[in-house]
Amino acid sequence: MWDYTDKVLDHFKNPRNVGVVENADGVGEVGSLACGDALKLTFKLDDDGRIADAKFQTFGCASAIASSSALTEIIKGMTLEEAANVTNQDIADYLGGLPEQKMHCSVMGREALEVAIENYRTGETSKKILEGKVICTCFGITEEEVQRVVRDNELTTVEQVTNYCKAGGGCGGCTPDIERIIEEARLEREKSAPAPPAPKMTILQKIRLIEETIDREIRPMLQRDGGDLELIDVDGDRVIISFRGMCAQCNVAEFTMKDVVEAKLKEFVSPQIVVEEDKS
Amino acid sequence: MKNVYFDNNATTCVAPEVVEAMLPFLTDYWGNPSSMHHFGGQVGRHVEEARAKVAALINADPSEIVFTSCGTESDNMALVGAAEAAGKGTRIVTTRVEHPAVLSPCRHLKELGYDIVELGVDASGQLDLSALRKAVAAGPCIVSIMWANNETGVIFPIEEIAQIVKGAGGVLHTDAVQAAGKLPIDVATTPIDMLSMSGHKLHAPKGVGILYVRKGTKLKTFMLGGHQESGRRAGTENVPYIVGLGKACELAASSIDEERTRVAALRDRLESGLLASCTDTIVNGAGAPRLPNTTNISFQFIEGEAILYHLSDAGVAASSGSACTSGSLEPSHVIRAMGVPFTSAHGSIRFSLSRYSTEEEVDYVIEHMPPIVAKLRELSPFA
Repeated sequence: MWDYTDKVLDHFKNPRNVGVVENADGVGEVGSLACGDALKLTFKLDDDGRIADAKFQTFGCASAIASSSALTEIIKGMTLEEAANVTNQDIADYLGGLPEQKMHCSVMGREALEVAIENYRTGETSKKILEGKVICTCFGITEEEVQRVVRDNELTTVEQVTNYCKAGGGCGGCTPDIERIIEEARLEREKSAPAPPAPKMTILQKIRLIEETIDREIRPMLQRDGGDLELIDVDGDRVIISFRGMCAQCNVAEFTMKDVVEAKLKEFVSPQIVVEEDKS
Repeated sequence: MKNVYFDNNATTCVAPEVVEAMLPFLTDYWGNPSSMHHFGGQVGRHVEEARAKVAALINADPSEIVFTSCGTESDNMALVGAAEAAGKGTRIVTTRVEHPAVLSPCRHLKELGYDIVELGVDASGQLDLSALRKAVAAGPCIVSIMWANNETGVIFPIEEIAQIVKGAGGVLHTDAVQAAGKLPIDVATTPIDMLSMSGHKLHAPKGVGILYVRKGTKLKTFMLGGHQESGRRAGTENVPYIVGLGKACELAASSIDEERTRVAALRDRLESGLLASCTDTIVNGAGAPRLPNTTNISFQFIEGEAILYHLSDAGVAASSGSACTSGSLEPSHVIRAMGVPFTSAHGSIRFSLSRYSTEEEVDYVIEHMPPIVAKLRELSPFA
């Protein structure tokens, strides 16, 4: 038997919100008998645009029924904007988790919600938004759908993709496509990830880097206006300087210090640098 | 809560007589039959007695019985052993509805350079014997065709198949794991070369099986090591389990008539009861001769795993060909090979009875199934 949580079993045995909402504002139908699971989601909005009622009908296994039941409970009371942000992971989390091979049940829930919202907005009844280039012909899964589950769940293997949306679970002909999508998503994640933290420097290395930055980036600028600066001390991230020449009397020295000196040191040495002027 | 076990094609309870027969070999008689002292000597005799009992069930000579660890090992030993003895490139003919214990080694052998032919079945699960005739006509080949199907219970005409294969000079192996103990088997009159059996499908424990190997069959040794089983299968004999299997075969031989009469009547009662109380049902393999204990029914528009969980809550154990029960995404390869539409394949439930099943249990299932089907159909967008 599957290792289902008590919550999955509860929602399977006592499904909430079974049926079809009358005069529904949004209807979403996904899956098919051939695929082994299918879900019809209907919802109605109240005067404030919140989901007042949501019901489901599901053909599928215990976790498909539980995921559908959980979905209706999650979205009740939400605005459509809030509902549009519900992910398959939210559905799985609501149930205390799903076995990895059953994650596609939570994805089916999210898909039905997406289709139902689109149906409300555009009147489309078909799975138009899920149309596109079908890469898994066995289960009719599009490139966009695979991209979506890979991105939302940070998937890294074809097997995981199969568990989440079935793609690749039939003849296996689309395996190269799925591998490509996983690789594209990985590159995308790398690009958007914050730059790795700067390597830790010794205080000597830091002082040297500060001096180099002053010489290369800051001093030539000040010298053009007949000014200069001197490095007095470095205390952790605190850098104490003293202005010389014209800068010492300049009434915009305060701006020079923040906009030029501190900005350059933050850029080239460390974002934590704070520059102070030694006026003694 | 009632406890109804209708999943006997998956495994069976160990018969109390079998447990009793085995116990002394776990407590007092624990010697190694190969040893040259009385510890060993007193157990070796019991291994041979067990061999004779197994041989009697299928009317073989005891020297043709090789003890193994399970049905899967027996199938692997037969296929790989016969293939290696015949040499690369040899044709191996099998069917699409075999157990994975046959299909997987065949697909492995295909990678090694053997010519594998998988025969299809019709909608009722039966073989097209003319396709078999064609497949074996090309020259010496190895054929592996199951006696009875584990999922549907459909029985293949092994007599006729044996005549065709032997007539073409082929070697015939049959996986009789489900047939043994439920159908009369006589290798003296049916020219089968090899036959697999599994202990735990006929009320012996898991961990013991046999391969019948007709005298003169060319078979490369599969398990290498010591001289046990006349050099055909190395490894110290699993004495308690072998003794248990011997006892189980003795019991099976005496209850085969009961299987064909009382158990078959119970199965028929269950099948007709469920068909009468639940709408939109299909019996898979209905048009073919079937094992007396098995019925495979598709409940349309609902899914097998969901049915099994509700049945289990009611205390009933069965199994399903649904994709979800296996963790794979496609429904049973047997059901699909029969061309059963997807609308029915996902909701197929197998009930398999045994000689321990009762009429009361059958009626209990007939009573509890309709509300489960109704509940799931109420949830289904298709019903």
